[in-house]
Amino acid sequence: METAKLEQLRSAARAIRVGVIEGTHAAKSGHPGGSLSIADIMAYLYFSEMNIDPANPAMEDRDRFVLSKGHCAPALYAALANRGYFPVEELTTLRKIGSRLQGHPDMTLTPGVDMSTGSLGLGVSAAAGMALAGKTAGKAWRVYTVVGDGESEEGQVWEACMFASHYKLDNLCLILDWNGLQIDGPVAEVMNPTPHDKKLEAFGFHVISIDGHDFDAIAAAFAEARTVKGKPTAIIAKTVKGKGVSFMENQVGWHGTAPNDEQYAAALAELMK
Amino acid sequence: MADKIATREAYGNALAELADRYDFLVLDADLAEATKTVKFKKAHPEHFFDCGIAEGNMMSVAAGIATTGRTVFASSFAMFAAGRAFEQVRNSIGYPHLNVKIGATHAGITVGEDGATHQCNEDIALMRTIPGMTIVNPSDAVEARAAVEAALRTSGPFYLRFGRYALPVINDRPDYRFELGKGVLLADGDDVTLVATGLCVSLALEARELLAAEGIGARVVNIHTIKPIDRALLVASAQKTGAVVTAEEHNIIGGLGGAVCEVLAEACPVPVQRVGMNDTYGHSGTVPALLEAYGLTAANIAAKAKAAIAMKK
Repeated sequence: METAKLEQLRSAARAIRVGVIEGTHAAKSGHPGGSLSIADIMAYLYFSEMNIDPANPAMEDRDRFVLSKGHCAPALYAALANRGYFPVEELTTLRKIGSRLQGHPDMTLTPGVDMSTGSLGLGVSAAAGMALAGKTAGKAWRVYTVVGDGESEEGQVWEACMFASHYKLDNLCLILDWNGLQIDGPVAEVMNPTPHDKKLEAFGFHVISIDGHDFDAIAAAFAEARTVKGKPTAIIAKTVKGKGVSFMENQVGWHGTAPNDEQYAAALAELMK
Repeated sequence: MADKIATREAYGNALAELADRYDFLVLDADLAEATKTVKFKKAHPEHFFDCGIAEGNMMSVAAGIATTGRTVFASSFAMFAAGRAFEQVRNSIGYPHLNVKIGATHAGITVGEDGATHQCNEDIALMRTIPGMTIVNPSDAVEARAAVEAALRTSGPFYLRFGRYALPVINDRPDYRFELGKGVLLADGDDVTLVATGLCVSLALEARELLAAEGIGARVVNIHTIKPIDRALLVASAQKTGAVVTAEEHNIIGGLGGAVCEVLAEACPVPVQRVGMNDTYGHSGTVPALLEAYGLTAANIAAKAKAAIAMKK
């Protein structure tokens, strides 16, 4: 990847991480851990991969994005704000009464949110529905959905995968955020859903496994997904929960806890370095 | 009067016919032969998608389709559409207020021999609690077809409730006009109002005859749209007759009976007696035997009418 583009993506990812910390700190609640783990993927999607127009969020032929792990809304909001859908200053209204930024994404309130999500498993199905609608209407749009590794314990995720494969939705790209932690502990200990690669292959997906923080790998994976015909693609992104804020990294406790003032200052100082 | 026909048949026929005038997709969950969406499938195979036995996925898929601007019907038995997939209907369809039309067949005990696991007497209660959900429970094939077309013409989530059992056609008259959210005054009377929905509408008309033979005048109101409910007609009827009976093929908790009591308790308290499934599960059996066993009969509606009248102050 060209240095300039890499720098632009790193900058966007940093802005997303800052937005996650700003938002959850201001809200005094929310889910920073899983929001930080997907920050690089969100940066690539919103600043490189997707055909979108912040000035026209409802553009008919746009690519669609569904955050199936909807609790990581802070990352989605930060991506949208930094991409120009609404002012970055609004991120600190997260989870407050009257805000457009609900605890989980609300498509009726927030510009650029393509689907309301939050209840785990439902978003993958909605993304599959969008992909089917696109194919049926002869549209070229692509649909992306980010799914949590803990979320993959929900049976509906696999119902949706069966559906996507059955209808050959090669315009659908599922990104599995494999950060290895969920609320009750390590995913492998709570209810082990692995091996994701073999399961997704068995469900008819083209599977690509990458380091979810390596922009060259992310770019190559999305490029490869575009070449796959006749089946959906799943990108298994190995990530670090809390990535970018050292004291949050790989700590289960940061799944659903907001930083206090001291932690907020330390996190921002580290991200701004 | 035409031959008896089940509202699910009318649903399938309406989908197949209306596809020439409206653009929509139809989903089913391996029950197309039973829900009668098979009629649409045969006529428009390119717009029909089977989701297999995975109703939760089907509802969220439908929501995803609707976000792209395409109207979509999602069909299954009421038990699975409203029961199994309640949370998907609530969160994927209801919360974003998407244009998904849920076609739920085999509602109530007239499923018959399959028994209690498949006899859904809770769906109206479940769907009523979803903000913005329109609920229509047609009384015959004519009304069922009209309900499908009304759903196509009206944006937003709909729950259309259909039955398996063939019903008499009671609305095949030149002046019949379906108006969403408006109850239908089928007959007037001064002593009691019989408010009915679905197959109980024809039973209420029979009950009116039984009451007339005893010199009791009954007004009969067909509530096809359970949400939003026709408050004005209910209140006016309560004011005029001073006593009300509700009749439905559903649990008396949370369905039409509950909805009518909510309206009248706030706006015009009068005695109300409810006919329906009395907080119980169904049973296997023939439909006539089940209707008799659970009191979904003209005789029971008439008896409840007299009980309501006796409670007047």
